[in-house]
Amino acid sequence: MTLHVAVALTGSSFDASRWVDQIRRADEAGIDFATFDDTFGRSGPDAVLVASRVAPLTRSIGLVPVATTTRTEPFHLSTALATLDHVSHGRAGWQVRISADPAEAELLGRRAPLGVDDLISEAADAVEVVRRLWDSWQDDAIIKDVPTGRYIDRDRLHYIDFTGEHFTVKGPSIVPRPPQGQPVIAALAHAAQIWDRLDVDVYFTTPSDVDSAATIVRQIRAHGRTDKLVFADLVVFLAGDQETAIRRRAATTSDAAVFAGTPEQLAGLIAGWEPSGISGIRLRPGDDEHDLTAITRDLIPLLRERGLFTPSAEPDLRTRLGLPAAVNRYEGAARA
Amino acid sequence: MPKQIILAAHFPGVNNTTVWSDPRAGSQIDFGSFEYLARTAERGLFDFFFLAEGLRLREQRGLIHDLDVVGRPDTLTVLTALAAVTTHLGLAGTLNATYHEPYELARQLATLDHLSGGRAAWNVVTSPGAFFGENFRRGGFLDHADRYVRAGEFIQAARTLWDSDGGDFHIQSSQFDIKGRFGVPRSPQGHPVILQAGDSDGGRELAARHSDAIFSRHHQLADAQEFYRDVKGRLASYGRLPDSLKIIPGVSYVLGDSDADAQEKAHHIRRQQVSPQTAILLLEQLWNRDLSAYDPEGPLPSADPLLDEDETIVKGRAGMYPDRLKTAAEWRARAEAKNLSIRDLIIEVTGRQNFIGTASSVAASLNEYVQTDACDGFILVPHLTPAGLDDFVDQVVPLLQERGVFRTSYEATTLRGNLGLA
Repeated sequence: MTLHVAVALTGSSFDASRWVDQIRRADEAGIDFATFDDTFGRSGPDAVLVASRVAPLTRSIGLVPVATTTRTEPFHLSTALATLDHVSHGRAGWQVRISADPAEAELLGRRAPLGVDDLISEAADAVEVVRRLWDSWQDDAIIKDVPTGRYIDRDRLHYIDFTGEHFTVKGPSIVPRPPQGQPVIAALAHAAQIWDRLDVDVYFTTPSDVDSAATIVRQIRAHGRTDKLVFADLVVFLAGDQETAIRRRAATTSDAAVFAGTPEQLAGLIAGWEPSGISGIRLRPGDDEHDLTAITRDLIPLLRERGLFTPSAEPDLRTRLGLPAAVNRYEGAARA
Repeated sequence: MPKQIILAAHFPGVNNTTVWSDPRAGSQIDFGSFEYLARTAERGLFDFFFLAEGLRLREQRGLIHDLDVVGRPDTLTVLTALAAVTTHLGLAGTLNATYHEPYELARQLATLDHLSGGRAAWNVVTSPGAFFGENFRRGGFLDHADRYVRAGEFIQAARTLWDSDGGDFHIQSSQFDIKGRFGVPRSPQGHPVILQAGDSDGGRELAARHSDAIFSRHHQLADAQEFYRDVKGRLASYGRLPDSLKIIPGVSYVLGDSDADAQEKAHHIRRQQVSPQTAILLLEQLWNRDLSAYDPEGPLPSADPLLDEDETIVKGRAGMYPDRLKTAAEWRARAEAKNLSIRDLIIEVTGRQNFIGTASSVAASLNEYVQTDACDGFILVPHLTPAGLDDFVDQVVPLLQERGVFRTSYEATTLRGNLGLA
């Protein structure tokens, strides 16, 4: 069984060439996708726009920016991500995030902060709205029928008429259906409340070892999420010798397990985690520049030699990850 | 040295200017179309590329309007992707001050400015009314009277954030109460270029106070000169020099081998733009009633337009007819005098191309507008996606260069630098 391999980039650079260089190296190594970290409160660029900036200059790698559902407009999220999918020819994804930070609430203003439980239900509603808007145009909506003068068949466009506790959204989208139909949605899921309530395709989880990875996979499957991909997150500090790597790690702590060692040792660790039933590994480079280089140059060839990873030839992210083709919920539905 | 002409390329939009029925018309959503037009504009040394924003699909008679191009991408996402395939071209987009918030939008625009090396521009618009609001959290919260208040406060808030250089800010105004630390260091332009399109007294005042450029609708020479004088005259009271605000009307053009050839092409394009079905819909926009039973090749309705401005037949489009009865009387008189059908009349009275002729005569007319202070340049609106500006870049740009009124290489790497703005 081979694993999927992703990298989590947390860089705060505003230098486009630096981003392009990093993503190109990951692309050339055959890495399945990169996530782009973001919060409103950090110093750093907007992640959706970074993903869009590198899209025309890369070929195969999935581009999965973080975007926050707290205080943002689900309509804008949906159209931006659909557009990223158009711009990248089907390589877009979205890592959903909520913001419980009161300082971030003050940046955006206007609304009283919500508790975490409400933030998750709001995120679940946002995911639902985003997904419905992606489906609100059927694939064949544009007909360009000169005899009747019609550019679209409006029966193939659909109002989504979403009403929830936090917002209502009428629809349809302004963006024709994205190439993947449904770009890939992911979320960091430390607890059952996330995998129970968010309709996402990929869970990023944080096992401490192979046993906890197996337990997490079992729990998620027991919650009925049998068709979801489960990635294990791993922070990595790599060096040619273990001592240097450990020195680089210093006192780093993380929600995920922290690895320090050689690429050979990391390949061995990943081989050890593979039987837990995880779908893939998301590597969080301790340093975006140094460790990403070690991953693409040293680790990936080792994983390929050991049969743990095979770069996919598929051009769109859903297919790369083995997700089923997205069925449009409005296909065959009544007119808008 | 004569005044230098500003040129911008408008990506064909969701209205009947854009001809989709022509066999040469390409995709309105594939990135390749955006890339093609942007590369063409950059080949022609244009100042910037312009992309409008969509917040809801237009409706007519309560149904999604299906006769024009429908659908478009998210503005910022496409502009940022275009930064990857261009090097000097400015990247301008409409972003609505009603349905965005300052921290998020200022951050996105500053990100675009960084990731493009200083080429970002923002066309500030506001949308009152509940129609667009049905897609957003706050609904139609903004009163019509407050639209320039919000726009002005939004621009000031964005400038405060950009000026903070990644530092602390606290903004309190009638529309906003936000504070904290802005997560973006000063971008190459400092402030992305601000465009504004309003034409009312409040819109002109807002532009005179805050904007770097106006996307105007004044096309007739005398009318455009009057607008130019009026707006530039407002600058002094804000301590600004006339050159600090550029006036750039959106215009269309048709080139031919001779003037007669160009006129014939223009008429053909007008017939493509006004299909029989579109003729009826455009007539309904003035009449404000359902005219679907009328024959587009027949005479105008005998009944007068409905004057209920709260319940208009077309939704999602700015009001175009301040005096419906007067305009209807003019249209009737014209149709009777020349024996025109509904479609023929609509072809005559709506959206005629502004500059029609040989490359040489179009270049001369464009230059006359700029040198006689009718404007500082043009946002060209082609009717075909994506190759609609090929002929202009190949034929007209060299003539403007020969006249010494258009650059032969980019002066600067930032949009501000190329526009000659501080």
